[in-house]
Amino acid sequence: MDTQSAEVGVEEGPNKIFISQQQVVDEEVQAKVEMLIAELHGTKHHPPNDPDAQKLDHGFHFFKTNIFDAHPEYFSELAKGQSPKFLVIACSDSRVSPSVVLNFKPGEAFVGRNIGNMVPQFDQLRHTEIGAVIEYAVKSLEVDNILVMGHSRCGGIERLMTLPDYTQTYDFIDEWVKIGLPAKKKVLQEAGDLPFAEQLTLCEKESVRNSMVNLLSYPFVRNAVVNGTMIVRGGYYDFVNGSFEQWKMCTH
Amino acid sequence: MGSEYEEAIAALSKLLSEKADLGSVAAAKIKQITADFEAAGSSDADNRIKTGFTHFKTEKFEKNPDLYGTLAKGQSPKYMVFACSDSRVCPSHILDFQPGEAFMVRNIASMVPPYDKKKYTGAGAAIEYAVLHLKVENIVVIGHSCCGGIKGLMSIPDDGTTASDFIEEWVSICLSAKTKVKSESNEMSFQELCDHCEKESVNVSLGNLLTYPFVREALVKKTLTLKGAHYDFVNGKFDLWNLNFQIAPTLAL
Repeated sequence: MDTQSAEVGVEEGPNKIFISQQQVVDEEVQAKVEMLIAELHGTKHHPPNDPDAQKLDHGFHFFKTNIFDAHPEYFSELAKGQSPKFLVIACSDSRVSPSVVLNFKPGEAFVGRNIGNMVPQFDQLRHTEIGAVIEYAVKSLEVDNILVMGHSRCGGIERLMTLPDYTQTYDFIDEWVKIGLPAKKKVLQEAGDLPFAEQLTLCEKESVRNSMVNLLSYPFVRNAVVNGTMIVRGGYYDFVNGSFEQWKMCTH
Repeated sequence: MGSEYEEAIAALSKLLSEKADLGSVAAAKIKQITADFEAAGSSDADNRIKTGFTHFKTEKFEKNPDLYGTLAKGQSPKYMVFACSDSRVCPSHILDFQPGEAFMVRNIASMVPPYDKKKYTGAGAAIEYAVLHLKVENIVVIGHSCCGGIKGLMSIPDDGTTASDFIEEWVSICLSAKTKVKSESNEMSFQELCDHCEKESVNVSLGNLLTYPFVREALVKKTLTLKGAHYDFVNGKFDLWNLNFQIAPTLAL
């Protein structure tokens, strides 16, 4: 199809669309203009060739009809405010959503998810993302528990245990997973003779412990733990064998 | 919960003020009661975690051995999702994502910071892993109603003084959304400003995704699309929109 040029632009404000035609506007451009107009009028319109968008809409529709509309009182209460008892720090891995694995319902768990479910030490320059999650959970929501949840076959831990690896350099990943270096060091010291796969499993769990210790470097966490109003917990989800183990930090 | 307990404490205090020698006995008993309550609360949480996993294991894990067997070998999600840490907006619930479908980052107000190797390694690592290693096809940033993080952003005083260790610094990633919304305000209420800022922040985050070279490259190759979304749990609505990005040569006429 030849390329007559036409400019389509949208000005600030919902009702101004200008079209300047240099030559004949072809059908494709016309369709795009109509779609823009529909969008601006608030008509939901996903192009038929965007199945990924449709999947999201279907997913929401399922939730809306089967869960949200089925429990109106529950959700109207929740809309007024949340009071979760848990902060869960889990890996971004698509297989380990705490809502699924631990059957948390909406409102039960405030969740932070990152590569390798890592908690770095308190650092107001380098780690505001996780710091803000923990701060909000502890100070504003006053959660009773922080659960750091590790898992099997973690790509982040594997990268940590593979470093240094000069065959592949990343802008961010290596720097991030180095949060877990104390865990790696311990595993190599105590189990350096074991097969790599076993070292990985050990490191996945040791990294959880390392993150639990790092939590105490946040003064508001320390205070809550010392006052007995919050417990720091660790967990490990093994999706190869279908098991979950948990442990907690004792303060007495 | 209030007055019964307060009355009991008042009666005990009165008694102890009259009989001071009971003080140490009372202290020991109070410590025991406190410890018992703590243990009960703590074992409630132990049980909650345990029963939660048992439910998942029996209702899902064991009933879908093929799915979980495949997932154990590796993940290949088509989506990367940024969602807020808020307990009410987990994408596994609201978008019915099944295990294996969506790689997720959850942080305060689902913000994507701009490329910064010093300040934002967490977000950077997640995006890098998702785009380069997992090769996701979509990145979706989902804002939501009544977001405490956005409210915090809108509440930062004009002189910029902050009271938090992290929160206000973090949410300032979307300061430009606040500026935009306020400048277009026309006497909106604080609540309305927050509502608008929730959506505008998603757009700021989508723009920030473009600061990552590997994101731009995938967009240009058309192996990746960026989408913004907003979940309104007051009215039970979900909005979804695309960011269209293109680098194309201009025509020579």
